[in-house]
Amino acid sequence: MAKFDFSDDSVVVIIGSGAGGGTLANELCQKGIKVVVLEAGGKQSNASFINDEWKSFSQLAWLDKRTTSGSWRVAKDFSGLPAWICKTVGGTTTHWAGASLRFQEHEFRTKTVYGELAGANLLDWPITYKDLEPYYAKAENKMGVTRTHGIPGLPGNNNFKVMYHGATQLGYKEVHTGNMAINSQPRDNRGRCMQLGFCFQGCKSGAKWSTLYTELPAADATGHFELRTQAHVTRIEHNAAGRVNAVVYIDQDGKEQRQKARIVCVAGNAIETPRLLLLSASNLYKDGLANSSGQVGRNYMRHMTGSVYAAFKDPVHMYRGTTMAGIVRDEARHDTRRGFVGGYELETLSLGIPFMAAFLNPGGWGADFAWWMDHYTNLAGMWLVGEDMPRETNRVTLNTNVKDQYGNYVPNVHFDDHDNDIAMRNHAFTEAERIYGASGAIKTFRTPPYPSTHNLGTARMSARAQDGVCNRWGQTHDIPNLFISDGSQFTTGGSENPTLTIVTLAIRQADYIASQMTQKAI
Amino acid sequence: MRFIPISQGDAPETPVASKHLPLTRRNLLKGTGVLMGTLAASSPLALLAPSTAWALELKFLNQTEGDTLLQMGRVLFPHAQLPDAVYALLAKDLDGAAATDQDKARQLREGLQHLDHLAGGSFLKASATRRLEAVKAMEGQDFFNTVRGQCVTSLYDNEMAYATFGYEGSAWEKGGYILRGFQDLKWLPDPTPEASPAPYMG
Repeated sequence: MAKFDFSDDSVVVIIGSGAGGGTLANELCQKGIKVVVLEAGGKQSNASFINDEWKSFSQLAWLDKRTTSGSWRVAKDFSGLPAWICKTVGGTTTHWAGASLRFQEHEFRTKTVYGELAGANLLDWPITYKDLEPYYAKAENKMGVTRTHGIPGLPGNNNFKVMYHGATQLGYKEVHTGNMAINSQPRDNRGRCMQLGFCFQGCKSGAKWSTLYTELPAADATGHFELRTQAHVTRIEHNAAGRVNAVVYIDQDGKEQRQKARIVCVAGNAIETPRLLLLSASNLYKDGLANSSGQVGRNYMRHMTGSVYAAFKDPVHMYRGTTMAGIVRDEARHDTRRGFVGGYELETLSLGIPFMAAFLNPGGWGADFAWWMDHYTNLAGMWLVGEDMPRETNRVTLNTNVKDQYGNYVPNVHFDDHDNDIAMRNHAFTEAERIYGASGAIKTFRTPPYPSTHNLGTARMSARAQDGVCNRWGQTHDIPNLFISDGSQFTTGGSENPTLTIVTLAIRQADYIASQMTQKAI
Repeated sequence: MRFIPISQGDAPETPVASKHLPLTRRNLLKGTGVLMGTLAASSPLALLAPSTAWALELKFLNQTEGDTLLQMGRVLFPHAQLPDAVYALLAKDLDGAAATDQDKARQLREGLQHLDHLAGGSFLKASATRRLEAVKAMEGQDFFNTVRGQCVTSLYDNEMAYATFGYEGSAWEKGGYILRGFQDLKWLPDPTPEASPAPYMG
């Protein structure tokens, strides 16, 4: 691995090594650009991942202190854990299920298509589906997404069989084992899926794409790459002209370090990214970096989510095999006859006994709860994930009453469901119940949202500087050598799992950064 | 007779039976309470254990307090087929917390006294109906939240619970489920090959 000097001000510093940061690092290194990645977490491997839900959670999850507010159910059930994301090399690509869906064309222009919606801060993206199409193809090829580039679909497990039967009985047409960044056959020096059933716990076989063992080693092989682990960034600094020029972090020994930089790219996921911009406030940028619009931290989206579990009289063993084993896509369309704008996906999901106890019905107890656990082997489950409305008041702020282990204010995540989110969730719950009913369910249960895994929108793209934080390239409107490189830049959330789009934007952003560097524009 | 000291979570890959030690007189004297019981010979857990007898030593709580927590766990999460040995883990984990945290110790002791009071003097001697009423009356209180919250991991995050509920746990060392039944559901028709292609087998 390369080793760059702290005073080397020619490097691109990327904060975070997940879907956005890890991909961007590799893409830049492939072009001969020097990159230092600062990752707050330590490094695990396929060998050190653990097939045990709680132990893996302790190993991978971001557990630094956070607070919550607002009327969302997560604030009540998991007040200190608004999000279930990772602090480890590879970021949340260690934990993700692998679902890799393109946004639909209309989802890039929701303000135009959905119209004005009270209480929603809708905005069209400054880019179109056409702009992203070639980059989507590159991302799918890089990640080995099934049902693209001639890659076969994955075999469906028992959980999928139950969903498939019910959904097709009801007349749903687009029902299959999904577009997954999980090898259905050996590819890219990684083996095929062994159907372990522990996708969320880090894939021990390496069949699931993660930057940990794809992008980052590829970047390293170029000789232009340095990864510093347990490097927790606390501040981004700038020069008198207002350009960012250094990143301050706490290293693994608890010592403060300062890495000079030509360009800084922030990819800390949509809670830490705005937090870092806010923590970096200065005399010149009193409201935080890149925040002349006041939009940093606002428009926090987490997708409309919910789950339905169903009990059957015969065994399912839903935990065997891929966690997200199949999908129903028919409800992803925009069709206001259902009583809401936007759409949602239905995707299988399973939890082991330990997490089922924690997440089926948080706070629940008694004979009803025990009944569900008693029927564990006969359960099937699906997750409902759809587009939620951006709202200015749904927002990540600094909680000035609470400090983290380094003495910095922790992020507070405030969220209130929009009426559209609630209407969509109720529709999705009902459809999921109908699907399981058509497969013979004896009982169904509506599980409230888990801590957020899809965190989006807190430094969003906008055509005009006053509407958002960054432009069509993820470059901040205020500071040309400061970039947003993760899901924070999403203008709206779409109904699809966001990782593929994050990777797609990172590949595209790398092209732009390289051209800007060549032109000496930054 | 051999006893199984119940260790939870220290080594998840290790079956329950692996760390069996005889319970000595010295161990007995060290704690203030010892919870003991036997696993039913018909239980699947009996196959995992070196002995059907189990014992669990308490550091802070006395015998009655330990037994009361165990029975409160049975009210909160009533599973007929889950043996006392699992509910004893709840007492063990709360006892461990109380031994190192004075606030927690006070909360538990006072909560248990209150629970006895609500049950008419003794929770252990009260009827099932009375026990449920007493627990329900405490719902939302700190003590209730502590015990309920601890149940989530104490009762369900251990090998005995896995075996009882039919969860197979870690799959990696067994080669996953690609050859072990991930598609073995027979009570519904199979999806089309377009929807669910056959597994790649080389």
